[in-house]
Amino acid sequence: MSDSGHFLFLIALLPFIGALVPGLMIRAGRTACAVFTAVPTALALILLMTLAPSVMRGEVVQAQVEWLPQLGLSASFFLDGLGLLFATMILGVGLLITLYARFYLSGDDPMGQFYTYLLLFQGAMLGIVISGNILLLLIFWELTSLSSFLLIGYWKHLPEGRQGARMALAVTGAGGLAMIGGMLILGDIVGSYELVDILAAGDQIKASEWYLPALILILLGAFTKSAQFPFHFWLPHAMAAPTPVSAYLHSATMVKAGIFLMARMWPVLSGTDAWFYIVATTGLVTMVLGAVIALFKDDLKALLAFSTVSHLGLLTMLLGFGTQAAAVAAVFHIINHLTFKAALFMTAGIVDHETHTRDIKRLGGLRHLMPVTFVVGTITALSMAGIPLFNGFLSKEMMLEEASHTKWLGSYYVIPVFATIGALLSVAYSYRFIVHVFLGPVRDDYPHHPHDPPAGMWLAPALLSVLVIVIGVMPFVAEALVTVAANAVTGADLHPHLKIWHGVTPALYMSVFAIIGGAVLLVLHAPMARIWNASPRPEAKVLFDWFVNSVAGASRWISEQSHNGAISRYLAIFVVTSVVVGASAFVGSGLSAPTRGLLSVPPVIAIGWFMLVVATISVVVMHHNRFRALVLIGVIGLTISAGFVYLSAPDLALTQISVETVTIMLLLLALHFLPKTTPKESPMGLKIRDGVIAVLAGAGVGGLAYAFMLRDIDTISDYHIANSYEGGGGTNVVNVILVDFRGYDTYGEIIVLGIAGLIIYAVMHALLDGPASRRLRNIDYSQDRSRDRHPLMMVVVTRVLMPLAAMVGLYIFLRGHNEPGGGFVAGLVIAIALLMQYMASGFAWTQARQRIEYHFMIGTGVIIAGLTGAGAWLFGRPFLTSSYTYIHLPPIEEFEIATAMLFDLGVFLTVLGAVMLMLYSLSRIARYAGETVNLEPMDYDPAKPATGEKEDN
Amino acid sequence: MELLVASAIGTLTAGGVYLLLRLRTFPVILGLALLSYAVNVFLFASGRLAIDMSPILSKYGDASYTDPLPQALVLTAIVISFGMTAVLVMIGLGAFLEAESDRIDIDPSEDREDKTKDGDA
Repeated sequence: MSDSGHFLFLIALLPFIGALVPGLMIRAGRTACAVFTAVPTALALILLMTLAPSVMRGEVVQAQVEWLPQLGLSASFFLDGLGLLFATMILGVGLLITLYARFYLSGDDPMGQFYTYLLLFQGAMLGIVISGNILLLLIFWELTSLSSFLLIGYWKHLPEGRQGARMALAVTGAGGLAMIGGMLILGDIVGSYELVDILAAGDQIKASEWYLPALILILLGAFTKSAQFPFHFWLPHAMAAPTPVSAYLHSATMVKAGIFLMARMWPVLSGTDAWFYIVATTGLVTMVLGAVIALFKDDLKALLAFSTVSHLGLLTMLLGFGTQAAAVAAVFHIINHLTFKAALFMTAGIVDHETHTRDIKRLGGLRHLMPVTFVVGTITALSMAGIPLFNGFLSKEMMLEEASHTKWLGSYYVIPVFATIGALLSVAYSYRFIVHVFLGPVRDDYPHHPHDPPAGMWLAPALLSVLVIVIGVMPFVAEALVTVAANAVTGADLHPHLKIWHGVTPALYMSVFAIIGGAVLLVLHAPMARIWNASPRPEAKVLFDWFVNSVAGASRWISEQSHNGAISRYLAIFVVTSVVVGASAFVGSGLSAPTRGLLSVPPVIAIGWFMLVVATISVVVMHHNRFRALVLIGVIGLTISAGFVYLSAPDLALTQISVETVTIMLLLLALHFLPKTTPKESPMGLKIRDGVIAVLAGAGVGGLAYAFMLRDIDTISDYHIANSYEGGGGTNVVNVILVDFRGYDTYGEIIVLGIAGLIIYAVMHALLDGPASRRLRNIDYSQDRSRDRHPLMMVVVTRVLMPLAAMVGLYIFLRGHNEPGGGFVAGLVIAIALLMQYMASGFAWTQARQRIEYHFMIGTGVIIAGLTGAGAWLFGRPFLTSSYTYIHLPPIEEFEIATAMLFDLGVFLTVLGAVMLMLYSLSRIARYAGETVNLEPMDYDPAKPATGEKEDN
Repeated sequence: MELLVASAIGTLTAGGVYLLLRLRTFPVILGLALLSYAVNVFLFASGRLAIDMSPILSKYGDASYTDPLPQALVLTAIVISFGMTAVLVMIGLGAFLEAESDRIDIDPSEDREDKTKDGDA
């Protein structure tokens, strides 16, 4: 990659980097903010100019870095004549707009935000025109939709602004989605997403049977962006944006993105009948329709918006012609339209800013009051009309010349006639802009007394109007740029000559007719406007709103039908679907013959199984009595633990038995606040339906389990067994897997557990701060409170048990690596021992003796585990690689110590903290509910039942 | 033995699913508890059943061991399912205290409140 390639990256990045600054710099003042916006733009422009000479010589600057090669997406940039033209326009007008906006926006507007959005948009737009990969181009394309949404809706307090922004986003976003489809098809045909490859494969693409779908999808994107009929309606509504935005987005940049795309893809897609009829016809219709509407708009910006629609139609039509001369005309008109339209928007903004109205009917006579604005506005409007010696005339002549010999469906008249009508209307509304705003008598009823704005505001449009005249009088100054851009569009080597006088040609007659006819139309404007306003016509916004509302209504109807708030129904659907999918998988594939025999069943095990089944059925039958159901759940859990012991899973048995204890405690605590019984409210039909579903699901899962238990599989576990001692330094393979082989999983899991604890804590706080707290205070729990809340025996026993339990926990923790046990179990055991203190001696008593916050414990655990894992990096090993050594301390036998044990300590702390935090949160609710607490243990006094209890306040 | 384990899994699943489809929070939580038993045993059984073959390496190199991997997975699953149950209990409790009802389904008649609110289009 050459140095110039690096420059391309820098140019693409500068606006995005710069976008960070204005938002932060606004406190330094509005001028500083504008300067900080201008700096990255100017830098990018200077860098671009250093690349310009080589591009003007016809070279193409390229730069590429692989990004996601699997997807064919690379960060590649590509600067040719067309890109240079657009990039110069984007950055140049960007600078002018920065200056203009500094004076246009009032002190109340958040200017830092504005400039940040503006730079974001500028970066996105720049990205489109210098992308060398069409996937990258799509990303920038979507970014322009998003950032223009922010800019159009910049005045958030205006409903029109919000609606206009939404409409623009919906229309251009939808078009963008279509374009993604089209671009993917193109990439698929060519086998590469690089622009260079695609531009070289025009014939292959046109020959493909996917050409037409790709063409239509890409054109949908271009037409929506460039406001072509029938998607033109969003552009006028986007005029709710501040005028600098309109001037930037809607004259020079965003709406030209569609034109750019058609120009970029011109060598690949144009030249077919489909291209000609779709593109040229759409352009022609848009040009005439936009001009008609513009003539009858009284809002200055709406007039300019529809005239922009009309001129975009003109450009689209020229590109649609598919001839090289038309492409040259299009490129030239892009430049000319930019100069006069941006200046006109800024002029309209100045008029609005100074008179406080944009309504043409309330204006007139401003030439005396605002002479500078009058001169700028008149020059640029005459250029828009296509009057000789202004640049608009030149490209309009070239357009009419092309139109005059283009055949449409066998007729040589359709296109010339409509093109002339379009030009005539264009002349009419341009005259109207001059005559009805600046000429005529001075009025005395302006909403605000107008005068010329400060120079900062008129400088930018004045500069553009100078360009209008320079190009208009000396068109050869633009010749080099037009040539190199047109060559990039057509892929040919053209030498166009831009000149004012072409001789007496059909185009000249058409032009003269348009200029005179336009003046006639202006004279007749008042009566025609009356007819126009009286005649019915479809209002695009109403149609759009109707469409959006009906889609939203249909979506709402569907979601209400399927998503009616009945969770039990969703669950039923979910279970049935799972069973059906599982069963159909079973039906499709033949089952191989069993390879394992059945193990024998000793009588004790049969009794255990019987207990389990009876307990399960009893839970289901008796679940209305919630306490009884809890007891039965306990029975089931203990039976399963016993089963784990028998089936060679001592670790599981230990874990299950301790989790069981904690779960039952948790449910008991919760039941304290919940109703003690479940009402019998399910109708028989529902019970039968649920019963059938349940039996089917049970049979399915049971059958599946039975089927695979009789068959052997290849397992990766042999590796773990073989390496547990050698690699992990422990003989308890399950523990070694947890803390070593699959340490990353365990790390994630303790984090999940910690988060669960924190969620519960947070929910508890939300509850205590919410309306539920009043209810809690008023519930009378006295009927289920024991007189002897802290029985003497229990207090004594738990107090004695505490150190013993802690010892057992420590023992289980230490032996974990070699014998059943480990951090999980140890954490649970200690948690149970602590919970026993809470239960026996009461919340307040225990809480007063708690030194370490449980949150702290969770956090410490996760950090210890993480640091242990990260420690492996110090030795150049991957995260969580463990290591171990053997130590000999004199009184004890030689033992090994592994870093995995430190990791297990983290597990231990997290589990302990999370479990304690959960139960602690539940008990705090109890305390909040107005339960009295004891500060001393053993508060039972038979003589005075109430003494010894102190209100907790 | 396999038959007993499979039928126990089936029974637990059936009971769990039935309770899951009830209309109040508490039975649903009990149902989830039963289902997590079923799922844990199911996962454990995927390592095939073995008796007296604990995955604790023996000092005498000739022992054979059961599959330790499902056990490690189930061990964390047990702890995580406890965490999940606890969160559900807390949310169910909160819902009951806020709404004074422990029904899990939204009553169709309450559901219509925000129908009038459309966008500001």
